[in-house]
Amino acid sequence: MGEPGTSEVMNLEDLEAASGFRTGRRHILSIVVENKPGVLARIAGLFARRGFNIESLAVGPTDDPAISRVTLTVDGGLHPIDQVTKQLHKLINVIKIRDLEPEDTVARELALFKVSVDDQARDQVMQFAEIFRGTVVDVSRRSMTIEITGTDEKIAAFEKMVRPLGLIELVRTGEIAVARGRSAT
Amino acid sequence: MRAVDAIMESLKAEGVDVVFGIPGGANLPTYDALYDAGIRHVLCRHEQGAGHAAEGFAKATGRVGVALATSGPGATNLVTAIADAVMDSVPTVFLTGQVRTDLMGTDGFQEADITGITLPIVKHSFQVADPREIPERLHEAFHIARSGRPGPVLVDIPQDLSRADINYEPSDAIALPGYRPTTDGNVKQIRLAAKALANARRPVIYAGGGVINAEGSEELRELCASDRFPVTCTLMGLGAFPAPHDQWLGMLGMHGTRAANYAMDEADLICCIGARFDDRITGKLSEFAPRAKFIHIDIDPAEISKNVPAHIPIVGDAKLIVSKLTREYRALETDSSRLDGWWERIQAWRERHPLGYTDSEDSEIKPQYMVEAMFEATDGQAIITSDVGQHQMWAAQYYHFCRPRQWINSGGLGTMGFGLPSALGAQIGCPDQTVVCLAGDGSLQMNSQELATCVAEKIPVKIFLMNNGFLGMVRQWQELFWDKRYSQVDMGTLPDWVKLAEAYGATGMRATEKGTLVEQMREALATDGPVVLDVQVTKEENCYPMIPAGAAARDMVG
Repeated sequence: MGEPGTSEVMNLEDLEAASGFRTGRRHILSIVVENKPGVLARIAGLFARRGFNIESLAVGPTDDPAISRVTLTVDGGLHPIDQVTKQLHKLINVIKIRDLEPEDTVARELALFKVSVDDQARDQVMQFAEIFRGTVVDVSRRSMTIEITGTDEKIAAFEKMVRPLGLIELVRTGEIAVARGRSAT
Repeated sequence: MRAVDAIMESLKAEGVDVVFGIPGGANLPTYDALYDAGIRHVLCRHEQGAGHAAEGFAKATGRVGVALATSGPGATNLVTAIADAVMDSVPTVFLTGQVRTDLMGTDGFQEADITGITLPIVKHSFQVADPREIPERLHEAFHIARSGRPGPVLVDIPQDLSRADINYEPSDAIALPGYRPTTDGNVKQIRLAAKALANARRPVIYAGGGVINAEGSEELRELCASDRFPVTCTLMGLGAFPAPHDQWLGMLGMHGTRAANYAMDEADLICCIGARFDDRITGKLSEFAPRAKFIHIDIDPAEISKNVPAHIPIVGDAKLIVSKLTREYRALETDSSRLDGWWERIQAWRERHPLGYTDSEDSEIKPQYMVEAMFEATDGQAIITSDVGQHQMWAAQYYHFCRPRQWINSGGLGTMGFGLPSALGAQIGCPDQTVVCLAGDGSLQMNSQELATCVAEKIPVKIFLMNNGFLGMVRQWQELFWDKRYSQVDMGTLPDWVKLAEAYGATGMRATEKGTLVEQMREALATDGPVVLDVQVTKEENCYPMIPAGAAARDMVG
């Protein structure tokens, strides 16, 4: 009787190589770290020296003051995610890493759009903001600032709408995410 | 007690009885505590030397090596040794002094952000912020340095904190929630690996330094004895399997044997144990072992499938896994006659392409002969340390290492100047053994100041200098790949090594004749104290065979 997962008579041809491949999609990594000095520098340094590119990065405290959470997104088309997570795990201060599956994840980002407006454009921007469930957080005679919360795609879509009107600047927090359902991320 | 006294107590609790270092302003308090702590301190002449000495000690004994340095330049001088230790997974702890906390960040005198500088090259580092945590941090540092995949840990202690008064209580609590190395190895994977080995017709065992770090040489031998598996080792793994052996193919890789490299090229199954498919092993990655499936056993999960995708990955301690693998394999009772054809093929390579060189017809000393003479003069039993370059490769080829921790060199980083300081560290760790540093004339000048350390501390290392007056390996590459345009590789005849040795109070000798070389080596070995034997070898000899950089194993030249 063979163990489950262990074929009885094995042909070497049947062995398939594990991992090391590129997934081709964007990955959100939720990383639980010790809240200690230099942890972010260690993570950033690791990405830099291994040639991994960080698309976005958000760091914040958790309900436990000794623990922080780093949420970062990486392009799985450019980098072997398996190697990225294993290298991250080697950092002593990294406690847990979860590679969040897109369909099982709620991800949000906050963006502030400062748009140049005249009297005519002001109404248009307000309309867009309403459609995107955004909030006007600042207004001056020649500008407006809109707060948009949502997925990466939603923020990109809003940007597409307001850019032609004269986008002065765009500030984004980087994505944060939790797994859907009862279990903790 | 003072925090520095707690440092000494913590070191002793970790079993430290010798440290290597140099005092300075920021670690004055530490040295004051060291004054009567009952720990031997070896005063090196350069912090890099202290760092490599700690590595040599660690590599020879398997214990954690410790080096001390002051802030600023003292600490930055350790950087090469720290990088070397991370590349070769050497268990080491580096204790640096830092300027006072009120000066930190102000570009104070002798201030350098050593934790920042070394961030990419440490296994971990601590900068102490509260003197009360010093014993705990040290304890964690030793735990991290020696467990899992070993490596260097830096502990940076500001001067004022080291003078503070604290309550020292011995403790062995470890608070490292993110650090739990896997050691056991997945049983199903091990069983699968045993079956794969049983089904392989052209298997090769490819072992590296991880086997030595895991103290798994005996287990490796057992595995190989369970069938007639051909075995090859990396540069770092030499000694893990005894070189004079029927199943031994020699070292693999850039300057490995043809038998080893051709066997890798044609293998149907490669069982990698504690090695990492470095570019010096694989050559052109896309053409590396094109017919093979891979079992990869490593304590560091990040090494698995990093360069070569593994078919059967097993994470854990090589000693534990290999002994389980042997048991599983034996239970399968395979018919080893299936390997007959494979051995015939390997035997043919061995016969057609043995390692060899054309010896001189006169009294000229060929460098390869020099290594053979060393082997003879030391009965093949000495601990050999080496610098980096041609002499290192010749030592790997011609000194047949029979036991683990007998061969100490800088593999990953390739640090010239490693040989002498690591020899003195090894000699302190193994006082009853003969320690020979096989040096190159380019390399030896990079840390020759440690001759003073050897003399002052009565460390009787024997330095056999392979003197060809060139930066030999670079010269070889310029000859072969850069149209023999010798750019800045001629070192000339400087210095006069016999005089230099004597200036330091060591014994200097010179060898120029093949006929008397072994005898002179024996004389050097019989001489008390450190000896420099300047062996004048052929100036332009190339190290062969070799896989040109970026070429495939089957395209070896020479």
